Amino acid sequence: MLNINDYPQQWEKHSRTQRLLSWLAWLSFVVLCVFCWQQMNHQTLWYFVTDAPNQFADISSRMWPPRWSYMERLWQPLWDTINIATLGTALGVVMAIPVAFLAARNTTPSQLLVRPIALFVIAASRSINSLIWALLLVAIMGPGLLAGIIAIALRSIGFVAKLMYEAIEEINTTQVSAITATGASPMQILDYAVVPQIMPTFIGTTIFRWDINIRESTVLGLVGAGGIGLRLNESLATLAWPQVSLIFISILATVVFSEWVSARCRKAFI
Amino acid sequence: MQSASDYPTTWRKPPLISTPSIRYGLWLLAAVYLFFAFDSVEVNWQRVWEGGERGWRFVQAFLNPDFTSRWSNIVDGIYESLTMTLCATVAGVILSIPFGLGSARNLAPTPVYLFCRSFIAIARSFQEIIIAILCVALFGFGAFAGFVTLTFATIGFLAKLFAEEIEEIDPASLTAMRATGANWLQQVNYAVQPQVMPRLIGLSLYRLDINFRESAVIGIVGAGGIGATLNTAMDRYEYDSAAAILLVIILLVMLAEFASGQIRKRIH
Amino acid sequence: MATLQLKNLSMHYSAKDKALTDVTIDVQAGEIVGLIGPSGAGKSTLIRCINRLNNPTNGQVLFKEQDLTKLGGQSLRKARRKIAMIFQEYALIERLTVMENVLSGRLGYVPFWRSLLRKYPEQDIQQAYALLDRVGLLEHADKRVDALSGGQRQRVGIARALAQDPELLLIDEPTAALDPRTARQVMRLISEICSERGLPAIINIHDVNLAKMFVKRIIGLQQGVVVFDGKPQQLDDSVLTLIYGEEDWNQTEQQEQELETLREIA
Repeated sequence: MLNINDYPQQWEKHSRTQRLLSWLAWLSFVVLCVFCWQQMNHQTLWYFVTDAPNQFADISSRMWPPRWSYMERLWQPLWDTINIATLGTALGVVMAIPVAFLAARNTTPSQLLVRPIALFVIAASRSINSLIWALLLVAIMGPGLLAGIIAIALRSIGFVAKLMYEAIEEINTTQVSAITATGASPMQILDYAVVPQIMPTFIGTTIFRWDINIRESTVLGLVGAGGIGLRLNESLATLAWPQVSLIFISILATVVFSEWVSARCRKAFI
Repeated sequence: MQSASDYPTTWRKPPLISTPSIRYGLWLLAAVYLFFAFDSVEVNWQRVWEGGERGWRFVQAFLNPDFTSRWSNIVDGIYESLTMTLCATVAGVILSIPFGLGSARNLAPTPVYLFCRSFIAIARSFQEIIIAILCVALFGFGAFAGFVTLTFATIGFLAKLFAEEIEEIDPASLTAMRATGANWLQQVNYAVQPQVMPRLIGLSLYRLDINFRESAVIGIVGAGGIGATLNTAMDRYEYDSAAAILLVIILLVMLAEFASGQIRKRIH
Repeated sequence: MATLQLKNLSMHYSAKDKALTDVTIDVQAGEIVGLIGPSGAGKSTLIRCINRLNNPTNGQVLFKEQDLTKLGGQSLRKARRKIAMIFQEYALIERLTVMENVLSGRLGYVPFWRSLLRKYPEQDIQQAYALLDRVGLLEHADKRVDALSGGQRQRVGIARALAQDPELLLIDEPTAALDPRTARQVMRLISEICSERGLPAIINIHDVNLAKMFVKRIIGLQQGVVVFDGKPQQLDDSVLTLIYGEEDWNQTEQQEQELETLREIA
């Protein structure tokens, strides 16, 4: 062993050029952020922003106490909200199943034609928020629960199909070989080798999406697609803050309830 | 071995729920629910039928979108959405780090833990749109309200996942750091940060994706971005412009998803 | 008449990557053949070429005088159901019950609606119960496969293969995932069943000693070429070197024997 003084006294984690490069990268990132911040705010009225604490105090004081008697008018829209989410999820899942099988590399009938179409359906469904779908559907078929259900379904297709087709692509291939080797037909291979393997993902994704959809369906009423959002819209329009706070409380309760239900379901099925 | 004819000739797959009363009870419950749920959906078929023509017009608009007549509005809206998304994601990530540390049970003292957890729970329970409505009421119309909305939602999303990630770290390295006499910050820096950093970056990029998608809707309630442009186009029944906006959104989301996927692949 | 004849069978993934070259083998009725060779020698590829899980690039696979390489679709499925396969990692459907896994051996015989509704013909169910009894798993019929041990799973795999009423068994490393004792039990079960039914089999196996114990004919494969075809007694050091490359075989054998005695003492 050498004398202690023979060892270098300096230790650096990265070399000099590495450090320089990473500094440059960080610097340009900060510059980008500052630039974006300024661009974003060039129309901001700072008077309103600085006044926000006062506004906050004002609105909070108006919100309290909630108008509890309004609750009797909320039960029906809350029930509608849950129905929009549940029926929408069911419809979306039913449509997502074929899309997922068409999009997965190992089950698609055609890599060149069918798969890109399925992937586009998934991407389109995922990029458009359910509120936008609702906006379109209300314009087309008029306000009501049906528009909300279809909006939730259309948004759910992409989500469920994406997670499912990824699961299909990751299945264990020897199990597929084993079923193929028995002389099974393609449909039988799907039934015996593929479906059991993706079942947990399928159930988990469906429950997860239902949970999200409860949340999403609380706002669909803002554009006229039914549910508690309708009441929220009315109350906001009339500046009835005590009703708004009651609506918030009921939404919170619904969301907590849905989380409890989905946790129970997950435990029961998986 | 018995002779073949002694074996049973029927077999039924054992049901998932073995108690028959619970099994049939659940089926009945589901049937009753479905009946009432469908019953609550009132459909004005007349209106839906009339809407068919509008729907057809919309499909046509999608096949023949009009990018030109509202192009400058689209560009402004997209620009606002993008700047809003980036600022909100950066602010949200920075703020979610203290909240994430605060809601990790193995790091935070109980009062801090409870405070951070309840903040996260509230942030997650409300849809972005509801938060946007409140922010517009507080900060006035425009991108700033959208920025605050997305930042708030980002904290709720990321802090929870960070906290879960931190709670799953290998406790041995944390103990080892404590044993060296490192203070709290040093513990976080040496034992926690290296273990959660890759996930943190991955999740932040994922949230960038989500924030862009959300930025396209919060405009509907006045919080700036491309959503406002879309809402105007829909209000004026300019379906061809609306289709153009939707196509631009889809394209950008796909691009963002591809880019963040590539970056995440590099990091791992 | 040979049950299976491979004629000049070749499979090339690319010009450089030749998995099999000019393999010519006859398997007689009732004959059990052990296929040995180092990993990557093409043992699995050879087996999978026979039932066309892999597609050979050249040559013929004559099964009961029918060339399988020419078949496709319905006729290939008809041929496949007479050739059963047993896999290394069992390849059972983990989330289905033992019974469903055994019945899945009948998939080639039943129409889709029957397999979908799990409504198999009575004699199929009876046969499945009999097979489960034969492999000693009768009381496990309604359990899910992922609740079974490795040895039990491989028995389910054997029962599934036999449910096909096969006329040829292809067995790919049946013992690789099992401990030595279970491995022997499984090999014994397989060879008993084969002799009960006069069923020809090709067993792909990396454990030379195990092969010698249970098999009457051994084929050595090296880089996709058959380099040995004979009786287990003919497997001497020079042949092993030919198949596996240079190694002190006596020492290995000696150690193996020592281990064996140790095991017996234990």
